[in-house]
Amino acid sequence: MAETVLETEGLTMRFGGVTAVDGVSLKVRARELRCLIGPNGAGKSTCFKCLCGLLKPTEGHVFLRGEETTGWDPHRIAAMGVGIKMQVSSVMDGLSVQENIWMAARRHNDTGAATAKAEEVIDRLALGPIARTDLGRLAHGERQRVELGLVMAQDPWLVLLDEPAAGMTGEEVTRMAEIIHEMTRSAAVVVVEHDMQFIRSLASTVTVFHRGRVLVEDHVDRVMADPVVRDVYLGKQA
Amino acid sequence: MDLSVVILIEVLYAIASLALISAGLAVVFGMMKVINLAHGEFMVLGGYATITAVGLGVNIFIAMLIIAPIVVGLFGLVVERLVFRHLYGRMIDTMLASWGLSLMMIGGFKMIFGNTTTGVAGPIPGFSVGNYQVNGYNLFVIVVSVLLLVAMVAVLRGTRFGLVARGTMQRSDMAAAMGHSPDRVYMTTFALGSALAGLAGGVMAPLVGLVPTAGAAFIAKAFITVIAGGPVLVAGLASAAGTFGLVNQVFSFLVSPVVGDVALLVAAVVLLRLIPRGITSRFFRGRI
Amino acid sequence: MAMTTGRSAARDTGVVVILGALLVLGLPLVADTNMLTLLVIYGMLALSLGLIWGFGGILCFGQAAFFGLGAYTFAIAGINIGESTLPLVLSVLVPAAVAALLGAFMFYGRLGDVYLAVITLVFSLILFRWLNTTAGPAYVIGNARLGGFNGIPGFPLLNVPGYPRWELWGDPLYYVAAVALLVVFLLVSWLLRSSFGRIAIGIRENEERVSLLGYDIRARKTVLFAIGAGIAGLAGALFAAWAEVVTPSLFSLQQSAEIIIWCIVGGLGTRFGPVLGAAVVTSVKITLGGQAMLDNMLVLGLILVLFVLFLPRGIAPELARLWAWAIGGNRKPVRRRAPRGGVADG
Repeated sequence: MAETVLETEGLTMRFGGVTAVDGVSLKVRARELRCLIGPNGAGKSTCFKCLCGLLKPTEGHVFLRGEETTGWDPHRIAAMGVGIKMQVSSVMDGLSVQENIWMAARRHNDTGAATAKAEEVIDRLALGPIARTDLGRLAHGERQRVELGLVMAQDPWLVLLDEPAAGMTGEEVTRMAEIIHEMTRSAAVVVVEHDMQFIRSLASTVTVFHRGRVLVEDHVDRVMADPVVRDVYLGKQA
Repeated sequence: MDLSVVILIEVLYAIASLALISAGLAVVFGMMKVINLAHGEFMVLGGYATITAVGLGVNIFIAMLIIAPIVVGLFGLVVERLVFRHLYGRMIDTMLASWGLSLMMIGGFKMIFGNTTTGVAGPIPGFSVGNYQVNGYNLFVIVVSVLLLVAMVAVLRGTRFGLVARGTMQRSDMAAAMGHSPDRVYMTTFALGSALAGLAGGVMAPLVGLVPTAGAAFIAKAFITVIAGGPVLVAGLASAAGTFGLVNQVFSFLVSPVVGDVALLVAAVVLLRLIPRGITSRFFRGRI
Repeated sequence: MAMTTGRSAARDTGVVVILGALLVLGLPLVADTNMLTLLVIYGMLALSLGLIWGFGGILCFGQAAFFGLGAYTFAIAGINIGESTLPLVLSVLVPAAVAALLGAFMFYGRLGDVYLAVITLVFSLILFRWLNTTAGPAYVIGNARLGGFNGIPGFPLLNVPGYPRWELWGDPLYYVAAVALLVVFLLVSWLLRSSFGRIAIGIRENEERVSLLGYDIRARKTVLFAIGAGIAGLAGALFAAWAEVVTPSLFSLQQSAEIIIWCIVGGLGTRFGPVLGAAVVTSVKITLGGQAMLDNMLVLGLILVLFVLFLPRGIAPELARLWAWAIGGNRKPVRRRAPRGGVADG
């Protein structure tokens, strides 16, 4: 059994009177691929933000590689070796692809090694032709790919991705699934997603969120066959 | 007893004058998220308008309450069309351009009115409370300020413009989607804010010796009052002016007026550090 | 700005040193060194704001506060010590330390742009107000009387280190100041090429993303802010040595406004722009000082408004484009988004 790299205990997040995440306990093991799914408002994105430090949970605990990180600032969590990509594409627009990726690589490498690492990531993601282009001039799909490059360049042991396939074309989605699978060779990957087709192509264990709680947790094929899950997605009461 | 009455009047006056000099800036900032750094010079323009009108034989109350707001409101309209209209959505650029405008106006005042102190006599005599002399005009400033805040609430609650204005403050894109041209709303707002600055300048004119550079003293105080007040217009204005006016007067009374000013500035810095989005981001949410 | 390889770094340094040396030696042939000294000092001050604003995205409305602190430190320490070498060092360290405290206070509080502007503006205003009230004999630091509105005269001028009697003024002061500017310029260039500088530019572009990469942006911004203040402090010390008196007006709003105008006119996000802007604007101001028709501030204000409206990227990028066009036009200069919030490209 691989070690547990991410664990939450009774994670709860309230906004005023609304409980967005309600007592969620998760365990993700090393090199595991895990999708968090659920209809809109199920609490998966809020849970995601608690994991990467953008929100401080009201109650409960988050452990990364056994260390409690509840309430840490995002930069401390990222510095541990956690690669994070938010839902809205967020990059350094005025800088080139190479400069963006170099900056991610520089966190855990010295200058020379960071340059080499950036080179390597650019090759792996086939970004060579646009390496010197400013991010502000790139199309949406390319920006998403560069952002994955930022995550890769950090050499993470845990990757957190919030809706990585949003707004992509079919071909780009396939390519994205390949990249994610490649990442699991060295890291556990947690993907928040609601595009069922994409989740199917990832073929992983999924955790279904509903009204802030974990509804089921199983392999994607079995989850898809579950009538309760279907009802949740189709809007019936579970 | 007499002393406490005098101190009470002084504190109320400090609060009222802060609210008065900040009102125009707050309207512009609240509606357009634009910081007009020429606000102090707009006030000085109102002061000069008042003094000039009085010199021409106009009744002083008409001069400060009607002529000054009209003159400065029209001036605001012109610069909004010429300059600020092109910069909406570019907050820092707007701030810089308004700073440039402020320098230009100071230069203009120096050329027209000369680099000397001009003044106008206060129209209301002082009176005494026991052994203490109270400036009667201070009471007038308090009354004007209270009436102004009441009028602002009434306009925001009761008129069509107020409704559109409140909508724009919440979500400018939504107001635009409902068919209210933001361009028109912004133009009107800026002119109104300028008129309020003119009113404040006119009312303050008898209290301060007017020099071309007098605006700097106003802008710093107005600026921090508005920022510390936060997103809610009238409640923010009242609460921030209340806090700073009190701090200012307590320290002025205990130590000296200069220390009072410094204490006000220090209080502003500390308050902003504690509540970065202003008082009304935490209290009075959803009011006006 | 994309100076990644060692070779281009060496070439950049070479160009700066040669051009700089030519300017330092050549300008006295065409202009009065007394005025040139002032331009050099203002250039350094502009560079300090150009660094933190143009490359770090920190808009400080009170950069004059650190300029004034440097000047006052130089004067006060000079009176107490009796020579100027240690005071010169202190005039860099004191503003840097004050800025580190103020910066930590602001950046760890996650204050936005406008709030940052307010606090820096208020900070310089507090110093301005307070110094104006220090006229009485009670306000002394060691042997130095603060002197209120009139400031502090009669402190030791810049001297050759170790020889307090060899004071530098006139032409020698010009050469010292000009070489200091050149050295500071090279240090800033080096800083921007370093990892620290490149990450600072990343923070300017997207603060949240850089923090999600694992960098502590609060600490980095605080350090950059302190470095800018140190440079402003050095400029302040040189100004004190040039003017031979320091007054509270160094802390005034107008002084802060002028620094911002220099940066805008010259061009943000470039190293040379702010220095050029300071020289151009100050020359215009001095020329205008000789006539009585137009008021100085009217013209300065007009310049600021016109640049914000019509040339928000400043002179330097336009000059660079002209230069590229002049030497053949095949290499288009890289046009980057202006670092200020939301300036349209072009």
